[in-house]
Amino acid sequence: CVGPIRTASLLSQREHLSLTPEMATQEVQPNETLSNLKAESDTLKTKLEDERAKLHDVELHQVAEKVDGLGQFIMKTRRTLKGHGNKVLCMDWCKDKRRIVSSSQDGKVIVWDAFTTNKEHAVTMPCTWVMACAYAPSGCAVACGGLDNKCSVYPLSLDKNENLAAKKKSVAMHTNYLSACSFTNSDMQILTSSGDGTCALWDVESGQLLQSFHGHAADVLCLDLAPSETGNTFISGGCDKKANVWDMRSGQCIQSFETHESDINSVRYYPSGDAFASGSDDATCRLYDLRADREVAIYSKESIIFGASSVDFSLSGRLLFGGYNDYTINVWDVLKGTRVSILFGHENRVSALRVSPDGTAFCSGSWDHTLRVWA
Amino acid sequence: MTISTLTRGGAQREQQHCLRKMERVIIAMQDPDIGLKMRNQRLLITVIPHAMTGNDIMEWLIQKYNITDEEAGHLGGLLVQYGYIYPLKEPRSLILRSDDSPYRFQTPYFWTSSRWPASELDYAIYLAKKNIRKQGELVDYEKQNYNLLHKRINHTWDFVVMQAREQIRASKQRRKADRIVLECQEQAYWLVNKPCPGAFDVFDLGPERCNVLNSRVILNSSLLFFLLRISSVPNNSLSSHFLLSLSCVCSFMKFCDQYHQHDPIMSGCLPSNPWISDDTTHWTINTDLVGTPTRLRVERWSFSFMELLNDCLGRREFMTYLEKEFSGENLCFWEACEDLRHGESSKIILKVEEVYKTFLSPGAARWVNIDSKTMERTLEGIKQPHRFVMDDAQMHIYFLMKKDSYPRYLKSDLYKNMLSKAIVPQETKKSVFPFMRRQRHSSPSPAMVSQATEDNGKAKGAGPAATNSGTLS
Repeated sequence: CVGPIRTASLLSQREHLSLTPEMATQEVQPNETLSNLKAESDTLKTKLEDERAKLHDVELHQVAEKVDGLGQFIMKTRRTLKGHGNKVLCMDWCKDKRRIVSSSQDGKVIVWDAFTTNKEHAVTMPCTWVMACAYAPSGCAVACGGLDNKCSVYPLSLDKNENLAAKKKSVAMHTNYLSACSFTNSDMQILTSSGDGTCALWDVESGQLLQSFHGHAADVLCLDLAPSETGNTFISGGCDKKANVWDMRSGQCIQSFETHESDINSVRYYPSGDAFASGSDDATCRLYDLRADREVAIYSKESIIFGASSVDFSLSGRLLFGGYNDYTINVWDVLKGTRVSILFGHENRVSALRVSPDGTAFCSGSWDHTLRVWA
Repeated sequence: MTISTLTRGGAQREQQHCLRKMERVIIAMQDPDIGLKMRNQRLLITVIPHAMTGNDIMEWLIQKYNITDEEAGHLGGLLVQYGYIYPLKEPRSLILRSDDSPYRFQTPYFWTSSRWPASELDYAIYLAKKNIRKQGELVDYEKQNYNLLHKRINHTWDFVVMQAREQIRASKQRRKADRIVLECQEQAYWLVNKPCPGAFDVFDLGPERCNVLNSRVILNSSLLFFLLRISSVPNNSLSSHFLLSLSCVCSFMKFCDQYHQHDPIMSGCLPSNPWISDDTTHWTINTDLVGTPTRLRVERWSFSFMELLNDCLGRREFMTYLEKEFSGENLCFWEACEDLRHGESSKIILKVEEVYKTFLSPGAARWVNIDSKTMERTLEGIKQPHRFVMDDAQMHIYFLMKKDSYPRYLKSDLYKNMLSKAIVPQETKKSVFPFMRRQRHSSPSPAMVSQATEDNGKAKGAGPAATNSGTLS
């Protein structure tokens, strides 16, 4: 945040530039070469960072020094779900707090009652690498997709004789792989993100595209819906190292954060909706404050070399769980920035991690073909 | 779309990142000042120079990164799996043993990151060497690979065999220790690059990523977005910026503190965590429309208006309160707007009409009180109904309830009674016989519950303001 006088002096360097959103898609002027513009952009950015540094922003961990530290932390695997014949890529909880849907590399999508470890439904998708799956809020359907570039919805039938695949509904169509999907507040709308660099909102019943979101410069890998009162925004993270905040109604990107050094694999809102965490291939997780419009914490350790694939908060937002590509799960104290615990158990990379809807446990899915519920 | 593990793309980029970091660790480990102390290790009757024990590796990692045994073992294990350190004893087993088993650093020539992808020709020569030296030394999958290669590059097979013989001859002229070391290095490299099927494969990376789009567009939009942001910032003085920053950060602490007791992972849950005790009482006493809610649940309604509305029971209580105050139509209107916003596209026009008839038209049965400007805008918008046409009106009513009715509800007798009636379950003492596992009972699937209510609905005839499907009981 820079005062108006400083802003004016920075802007005067580009006097003929009148700032309008339309210019975002305008072609480069003939007298400006790409490298000139890049150099100019870099200079302005550095100037801005310098100005910002003078403002002595408050760091989260400094203020949190007064907060009580967390005692000894013990979490164990309470359930192991075996049944996938190949890498587990994604999972989601049902609102009933005990059922789970998971998808894997071989195209299988399984619905489990994680409490009893029974498998309740299984579908075989016509494609491999099903990288996204989601449970409908009603608990009556699941959505999934991957290398088929589509997102399909399967209503869950309890008739053992019924072939779930027969009732499949094709909802979303992208031009590259589907990386993530999520139902909004009802079973009727789905939000998707794709390797084609866009996110999109779809009407389930008709398969109609309601809104598309352009702004990422490379594959979009993850998304999360805001728990806010007005319920109109969501965040996405991509291979362009950016995390964007979008307005669902207008399709505009309203905020953008670019501090990671590599692909962002996972984004998740802080429970109050005022911040979000991200996990990246640069082996760090970061916390971004939406009102202060900046990064407020970095969760990293020298001994953590591999990227974080999936992150989620505990119910109070005090703990951040991160599943990593080195097969471990690191548990971070969100306020103090320190690591509270490291959990071993998986035998290959952790690809998915979600805390249950009532916060009693979290589930991790891994390339070792299993899912584990920890509490 | 194919998944190729041979072409360099986004996934490979990510891995190169990790490999570089591992290499930094390896280089630090070999640093003459702060690195490991290497010495000669005895392997059967030969003395191998510049080797270390598994224990040495663990100790060094523990000290350097200030981590536990378990973590050091895990990190060291990864270094071995990725081929940066190899075992001298039992070379086929790429694991780190925390005892005095001898290990060596892999020579940079054979680093996973440098010689990639592995050359087919090199592999053929390696297998041929093994075959010539000792008949039957090739393991099953190696024999298969050998035969496959023989077919595929048959035209250069003479060259392969010639090279293999030449390398064997050259190695015979080395000292025994050197020969063993070189053989181990080469073997370790091939174990990582051509692993046994089913074993961990370093190059198993998943689908390709990073289809970078037109850089021109990126540059313009990111530069302009950046400038737009700084130009639209209001006139903040130094101190008000600091205060904003401070208040944002403090809000996190406040939130964590407020929800601390409600976070089962932080504070446990009563009577017990179902995942730990196998007892589902915690879930049964917290079902959506339970008769008597728990105290924690009722307390949570006072944290924010959203908490109250998100809980079906809370919402129902609030509705009861509003009806007493003759403002129940506000909540009904809000619910109808939510249903419009999140419902099927095909039903939009119908729903907008319903909402207008019931809540907005002059003399409507449940008329809501919104200010004239908003009403005007909304009525104008209704002429071309769309999903968000009620947004302004909905927001107005939402904030009306939040600022006015909600705080009064929290002070009302209705809420206070709820709070006093609310139950506080007893914590279950840990079972006397912990090894006796409880029966884990299954629960009805939400899909089944929904089918049942659907059938009931059909029998009775669905009403006009149908609720969203599937309230779970």
